[in-house]
Amino acid sequence: MTLSINKKMAAFSVVAALGLTACGKAPETAEAPAAAPEAAAETAAPLKIGFVYVGPTGDAGWTYAHDEARKALEAKYGDKIETTYVESVKEGADSERVIGQLARTGNDLIFTTSFGYMNPTLKVAGMNPEVKFEHASGYKRADNMGTFFTRAYQGRYLTGLVAGSMTETNVIGYVASFPIPEVIRGINAFTKGALEVNPDVKVKVVWASTWFDPAKEREAAETLMLQGADILTQHTDSAAVVQAAEAKGKFAIGYHSDMAVYGEKAHLTATIHNWEPLYTAKVEAVLNDTWTSEDLWPGIAEGTTDLAPFADVVPAAVRELVDAKKAALKAGEMRVFDGPLLNQAGEVIVAEGETMEDGALLGFNQYVQGVEGALPKN
Amino acid sequence: MDIDLIANILFATLRTGTPLILIALGELVAEKAGVLNLGQEGMVLMGAVSGFIVATVTGSLTLGVFAAIAAGLLMSLLFGVLAISLVSNQVATGLALTIFGTGLSAFVGASYVGQGIEGITPWIVPVLSDIPLVGKALFAQDPLVYLSWVLFIGVYLFFKKSRGGLVVRAVGENPEAANAVGMKVTRVRYAAVLFGGAMSGLAGGYLSLAYTPLWTEGMSAGRGWIALALVVFASWKVSRVMLGAYLFGAASIMHLVLQGLGFEVSPNLLAMLPYVATILVLMILANDAAKAKLNTPLSLGQPYRPQV
Repeated sequence: MTLSINKKMAAFSVVAALGLTACGKAPETAEAPAAAPEAAAETAAPLKIGFVYVGPTGDAGWTYAHDEARKALEAKYGDKIETTYVESVKEGADSERVIGQLARTGNDLIFTTSFGYMNPTLKVAGMNPEVKFEHASGYKRADNMGTFFTRAYQGRYLTGLVAGSMTETNVIGYVASFPIPEVIRGINAFTKGALEVNPDVKVKVVWASTWFDPAKEREAAETLMLQGADILTQHTDSAAVVQAAEAKGKFAIGYHSDMAVYGEKAHLTATIHNWEPLYTAKVEAVLNDTWTSEDLWPGIAEGTTDLAPFADVVPAAVRELVDAKKAALKAGEMRVFDGPLLNQAGEVIVAEGETMEDGALLGFNQYVQGVEGALPKN
Repeated sequence: MDIDLIANILFATLRTGTPLILIALGELVAEKAGVLNLGQEGMVLMGAVSGFIVATVTGSLTLGVFAAIAAGLLMSLLFGVLAISLVSNQVATGLALTIFGTGLSAFVGASYVGQGIEGITPWIVPVLSDIPLVGKALFAQDPLVYLSWVLFIGVYLFFKKSRGGLVVRAVGENPEAANAVGMKVTRVRYAAVLFGGAMSGLAGGYLSLAYTPLWTEGMSAGRGWIALALVVFASWKVSRVMLGAYLFGAASIMHLVLQGLGFEVSPNLLAMLPYVATILVLMILANDAAKAKLNTPLSLGQPYRPQV
């Protein structure tokens, strides 16, 4: 009897150890770069910067883009800064622990890069007034907590120009995640771009009801191609849509990062995020003691939103058009949602000569003309 | 709806159901032997990542598939040592296996995220695949889909016709009695668990090499859990596993197809169809309680200590 209990306990401890190994993954990555601070502190006292990521750094998407910017900071500032990152941090209570730990271990500036970190960041910011926080995509701020996001919809608009010019069936497929303003804004900007160059174009949207499920994203893409779509794009987190287009000999436009590796023939271009200019400005401000809590929403003009290189199949005329519009957006000569802008019913949302203000953009909850189907109620 | 569209829906349904069939068949065999392994999700992910890495490194998809199976086998061997030899709690061990597999696959696959490979391509049977309606679904799939049918027939015949099937069931119903008549309970349970692991690994390989040829963390997206429900849904009957898997497949496709056709149905409502289907079947099963009870392996989840 004793023997079997011992056996049982042995089994449980192995199980427990296995569980710990799995759970211990995320913090370990953080400890590795954080191991050397004492030696460095004596010489130059570098600025310590912490990053909290929602996904793995190799997700070819959202987190990947943030980590690329972190690496760029390291390359640029060398010994003057020291960065630490923690990846795959779940939103909610877990993130509060991670953010708090980064604050306590002497980080001077902490970037928290997911919407769900908003309240935990605010809470930790309240407890650590000497530390500065920058939160991506949220709307709550404090004296030592600023917010930032990207006008990715500007990139969507430009890729819409490409899709509208290159479609032969006049049907473009859009695999979407959930009907929230951020996603709807992207669909509308994309459609507006496509319509500007091709008045016959229709954008069909399929809601996959998930941010991440490669198999489901692929099936959504197949459905759209069945409906006649010959160019696809997606607002979900994997590259499955690009792959599906490649397999069927159709075109695709990536999102988050350059997805050309997933579809050599299919991939036309992609809307990508580049956080380096914004991160550099923030680090510079802290180094110069000029940092203030603010709400930044940079885009094409600042380089935060950009396009991946065009594939060879994209005609020169299309490239020129996109480059011209990009320059106009950059110079502030135009905005994506300049009037006249109509909704699906043909009613005017933005009158001629006017433009959509940021407040309305942040609450976009209807489709514009050119999108097919009804917007699901959220 | 035109005939072409229906043919495509059928095609997609079979493809979507394939990983579910593989995982559920494996789990069904393990449960028939009285072992409840909740580690599918972890085994599938390890299979997916191992298959992808080996296929990327060696350039051979066949080796990738074997690596996926081997990874599933190893994971289930770990489960076997803990839950069968060391008689640990099966539920806790299985859950730990899922957590372990999810974490480990993310760890070893970290540098393979963002890479693409040329996936397994369909074997299109000439002439037959041109049959209207069903031709594409039945004769233009990739080889792993065909393999899932072979495995299904194999498991079906194993339980229907072979002595081995009887032994597995005897061990799952009453291990003490099986032991008394000279059956090697521990050995049979190991074999069943390893078969389950190999099947889960294969399902992982199907996901990362054929269905969506890429590796990303957590790419199985809960299919291991759906397959687990499927075994209950099928009330431990092999034939119903296949039916159920395709039903689930169809339900998750319809949610996307209906939108494409312009039906104004909430995607959230459609997304829950497979789960509603499971609950409905559970309710039907509950109404026929005696019958369901007859099908449930009596010693399911109970550890067996060999009498010395």
